[in-house]
Amino acid sequence: MPATLLEKLWSLHEIADLGDRDCLIHIDRIFLHERTGSIALRSLEQEGRRVRAPHRVFCTMDHIVDTRPGRGDISLAPHGREFIEATRQSARRAGIHLFDIDDPRQGISHVVAAENGIVLPGMSAVCPDSHTCTLGALGALAWGIGSTEAEHALATSCLRASRPRAMRVNFIGETAPGVTAKDMILHLIASFGSRAGRGYAVEFAGPAVSALSMDGRFTLCNMAVEMGAFTGMIAPDERTIAYVRNTALAPRGPLAERAEFHWRQLHSDTGAEFDLELEIDCARIAPAVTWGTNPEQMANIGGKVPSPDAFEDPQKSLAASQALDYMGLKPGTPLDSIRIDAAFLGSCTNNRISDLRAAANYLRNRKIAPWVQALCVPGSGAVKREAEAEGLHEIFRNAGFEWREAGCSLCFHAGGESFGGKRVISSTNRNFQGRQGPGARTHLASPLTVAASACRGYISAAEAS
Amino acid sequence: MTHPQAQVFHRGVAAPLLRPNIDTDAIIPSREISRVSKKGLGESMFAGWRYLSTRVSTQGREPDPNFILNREAYQGTSILLAGDNFGCGSSREHAVWALKDFGIRAILAPSFGGIFFNNCALNGILAIELEEAEIQRLADWVQVDPRANLLQIDLAAQQILWREGEKTGFAIEPARRSLLLEGLDSIAATLRQEDAIAAFEAADRQRRPWVWM
Ligand code: SF4
Repeated sequence: MPATLLEKLWSLHEIADLGDRDCLIHIDRIFLHERTGSIALRSLEQEGRRVRAPHRVFCTMDHIVDTRPGRGDISLAPHGREFIEATRQSARRAGIHLFDIDDPRQGISHVVAAENGIVLPGMSAVCPDSHTCTLGALGALAWGIGSTEAEHALATSCLRASRPRAMRVNFIGETAPGVTAKDMILHLIASFGSRAGRGYAVEFAGPAVSALSMDGRFTLCNMAVEMGAFTGMIAPDERTIAYVRNTALAPRGPLAERAEFHWRQLHSDTGAEFDLELEIDCARIAPAVTWGTNPEQMANIGGKVPSPDAFEDPQKSLAASQALDYMGLKPGTPLDSIRIDAAFLGSCTNNRISDLRAAANYLRNRKIAPWVQALCVPGSGAVKREAEAEGLHEIFRNAGFEWREAGCSLCFHAGGESFGGKRVISSTNRNFQGRQGPGARTHLASPLTVAASACRGYISAAEAS
Repeated sequence: MTHPQAQVFHRGVAAPLLRPNIDTDAIIPSREISRVSKKGLGESMFAGWRYLSTRVSTQGREPDPNFILNREAYQGTSILLAGDNFGCGSSREHAVWALKDFGIRAILAPSFGGIFFNNCALNGILAIELEEAEIQRLADWVQVDPRANLLQIDLAAQQILWREGEKTGFAIEPARRSLLLEGLDSIAATLRQEDAIAAFEAADRQRRPWVWM
């Protein structure tokens, strides 16, 4: 029987069928961070339970750790230090791996899990963080969970999970130059809505997906959850295997050969049946930006802010008018006439080395508009070191960007640093009300668009400048 | 009116909060999460909407009189009637802990964010998926006199009892239902399967040795 990638991954980890789609699933890797991991570990301790396989559990400081140069335990987020210290203590007591603030492997959990080879193709991995689906780009079964589920996974190396349905999104044709993975995923979410993926594991396929770098694939899978999906995934290919070979924890020698043979089988067979297949014509994708407070509220940068009346669905129409109200935008406004106050290049969506290169390439010999506050926050210490070795940090600084230490930073507002009240062009994944600070107006876009917009001071696609 | 013979999961004041896509950042803004703990978060529920200022001070905060849960008629709300995609966004379980601490026992919405939906059952909150039109009907009735027009949820019969004995059925997976009715300790339940887990791990060690560090 031809099988989908999801079926192959699921059956690799299924310990027991609990009936009614529920299964007991083995979890190969657990990742924690200081915001939610600390609570899971502490509550486990309080119940007198042990972490069952501490050597397969990893933890990093990313969410509320300061990203300003020279940082330490002091976080600008209220009580941030308490979270950091509690995480450090619990991690030590539990005997799990900790990538502490000064560890060279520190960074955003989904970035470091991939670049260190902690999560490999075919593995199951969870983290109490919704963007864990990023790791599906490796051909892994990776998904975000809550803290209570994290406790369960820590104590038992398993989770009770409902078997998702299989969806495949076929990106057909080629993308135009200047169109990035971020534009592809924003286009997909806008085309089918932010709930289209509910209950599904979404496999991204097609020549335009194969053509993406691993960094681009991470971007695509990162936002699967923004269409409501259980997770996103891409079948491993030679590019995936080459990427994995370069990681510290990849298998070596004969074991590597065996593993690679196994990984090459992890794809949907010809004739495999999906519960749903969607198609996106890449020729229709252009540099995109969101105008609302949900990732599906997006338009091409050449276009205009839509009118709420343009939506047939009354709920969408209502959502649009509330969003425009919050965003302070009028229908019919050309998107490239919207003036921005800030530019943020960061997050697990878009701050790997290729993202930095794309932005730096544009920023070389350019300056940001004088009224714009711009920040570049690498996704991990390793990304930062690589960028510095290439001199990218100088390009960012010369252009007027701040160059930060690795972490989530202003992707979200934890009560410390804030884009409160500002209009921000941002390479992140969520434009919800207040996400980047009280009253902050977030426009999601690709790193290239963030760079171009920072320079002109208005939302801009790269070629328009 | 009451339905004395029903096995009640909960009976209480329901408040309509019908906008779509209420995300977990709205349910509890991240800046409100100040303790490494699941407790005491009720104060922070919907903080961005509930209070006039975002400042957290020891003197307490001034409630925004326009926010529905601050209105006299909705005091004691324990059921939310919500819009589509309620609880989307960040996986933070604090959203559920805040709702629970505030006293919310059930949420009715056309659809929910996936992780949020799981988190609800694990914390004893009943999340029910109902057609938008049904929720609107309930909301219209509740709004007339919120503190008299209570909703009664019978989880065993999978029914919501309201106006003059009117019943609205709902679906719920059996596993989720028993979790809510019996409050099972799922970690303990899984640990009872230790033999199966160990056997799986031994076999997988042969099959995929590179996974086993
Ligand atoms: S970068 Fe943003 S989206 Fe990614 S894990 Fe951090 S806070 Fe979440």
